[in-house]
Amino acid sequence: MFKLIIKRLLQAIPTLWIIATITFVLMQLTPGGPFDQEKPVTPEVKLLIEAHYGMDQPIYEQYIRFIKNRLMGDFGPSYKYIGWDVDEIIAQSFPISLELGFYALIIALIIGVPLGVFAALYHGTKMETLLMGIALLGICLPAFVLGPLLLLIFSTELGWFNTFGWNVASDRVLPAVTLGLFYAAFIARLTRSGTLDVLKHPYIQTARAKGLKESKVIWIHTLRSSLSPVVAYLGPAVAGMISGSFVVETLFFIPGLGSFFINSAFNRDDTMVMGTVLFYAVLIIAFNLVVDLIQIWMNPKIKRD
Amino acid sequence: MISTKKEKESLSRNTQINRLGLWHHLTQSNHARIGFILFSAITLICFLGPFFLDQSFDSTELELGASPPSLEHFFGTDTLGRDLLIRTLIGGQISLLVGFSATAVALLIGVTYGMIAGYIGKKTDIIMMRFVDTLYALPFTIMVILLTVLLGRSLILIFLAIGAVEWLTLARIVRGETISIKTQPYVEAAQLNGLAHHKILYKHILRNLISPVIVFATLTIPSVILLESVISFLGLGVQAPLASWGSLINEGAQKFDIYPWLLILPSIFFSLTILSLNFIGDAFRDGLDAKN
Repeated sequence: MFKLIIKRLLQAIPTLWIIATITFVLMQLTPGGPFDQEKPVTPEVKLLIEAHYGMDQPIYEQYIRFIKNRLMGDFGPSYKYIGWDVDEIIAQSFPISLELGFYALIIALIIGVPLGVFAALYHGTKMETLLMGIALLGICLPAFVLGPLLLLIFSTELGWFNTFGWNVASDRVLPAVTLGLFYAAFIARLTRSGTLDVLKHPYIQTARAKGLKESKVIWIHTLRSSLSPVVAYLGPAVAGMISGSFVVETLFFIPGLGSFFINSAFNRDDTMVMGTVLFYAVLIIAFNLVVDLIQIWMNPKIKRD
Repeated sequence: MISTKKEKESLSRNTQINRLGLWHHLTQSNHARIGFILFSAITLICFLGPFFLDQSFDSTELELGASPPSLEHFFGTDTLGRDLLIRTLIGGQISLLVGFSATAVALLIGVTYGMIAGYIGKKTDIIMMRFVDTLYALPFTIMVILLTVLLGRSLILIFLAIGAVEWLTLARIVRGETISIKTQPYVEAAQLNGLAHHKILYKHILRNLISPVIVFATLTIPSVILLESVISFLGLGVQAPLASWGSLINEGAQKFDIYPWLLILPSIFFSLTILSLNFIGDAFRDGLDAKN
């Protein structure tokens, strides 16, 4: 276990280094520069600005400084939010995204897992077709379709929720559902096939032979093993939720990291874009490690390479 | 088809062993049939429909503004008075075209890259695949957004950008397949006979890769369409007056409370397309599972 953690952390170093280098190269390649879209500045002022951001130094020095700063957790100043550092913006906005993602994950699990288990329980019946039909519907409604539809029904027509913002508790409902439902559908499918796989094992037959009720067999004896594909899927799911948060936060006007990221991509705020990308990479690598550890804890038979 | 990367890879094993069985399954499966019919219908409507409509997708009628569906405009008009039906069809053309061309770009890069890595093997393979693993650490959406920041927001660049990230999965699959083909006796025989490497790659490897590659291309198309729509929805993709389903849904989402048809009608087209491609993808998957 400990060895695995060390190994994975060591593997993460070259990955992050390559991503940091790629973002640096991309920033150098970006035509124009951050100051070109506004009204043109005089050459002298431009030189001053470039000197301020260290852009006048030779490229390898810029690169070394870039990597060194990232190592210290310093992502540099934002080009568009003047006076703000990228890490300050991340520190302010990420907790909001994290909260949103947390609710969405909970929704995905508490809807997806029971749906999948019930579908497996009623395997081969109309009920299974119906439940999996619902799940398929969820997969065909990605966040940017589902979100506006939910807003139309629950905010405009029924008036239950605000159409935007992140102020009162009820503001959390629609964004979290929008983000979570797609993954609930996916988790339902994984849970169903996972459960069906486990049900073939001899120990389940033993449990049945003991005269246990079928529902007890499924909920108590199979769930732990049948959830292992679901846990494995949590890695990609969280990566996907990060992308989904761009849509949801833009749609519901939530001041999270996702909407800052999209805004900065829009305004070509390079340091902000690259800093956020690097931050996301660290986040995803860390989360994947956690998922691996949970998997091993749930099923010690898994031996990772 | 939205499937996890791992799932796609596990499918790749034994793909070519029973392609007849797969074909049989595809033609027998109701889902696959519905999927094919639905998808063909949508494609035909999007590409042929505009010939039967006398509106143009960018001609505005400002005094008309947004009007609900009527006999003159079956889908109504948007805030600039543009006919929504023709815009939905043109948007569909763009979404489908991006879906297919980006998949083609992904195929070209992914197959070449995976084949070279798998065929050469050893250190080259390790380094090449390590690079793929690294890029895999980031969600595709983030990488495409990065590329749109770098390249700008024109249509061609979008499908290049999407193709430039979607090849990663294909490269992994193709590499695995290449390694298993490489160890076949007939490839060794060809090598012993002194056949040039590029000829072996073309004659013996590429030709045997065709069927798994077709399967994964089918699975890649819907994820590409989805990715393009997300990017366009965020305003970083197709730019007005041109439209794609993503950008139309975005326009609809901004005015959904007053002009709900702007949101609902493009959404229906989009979701039906994804549904049909899901059906087809599921049938492929079931077909492969049934064989294994």
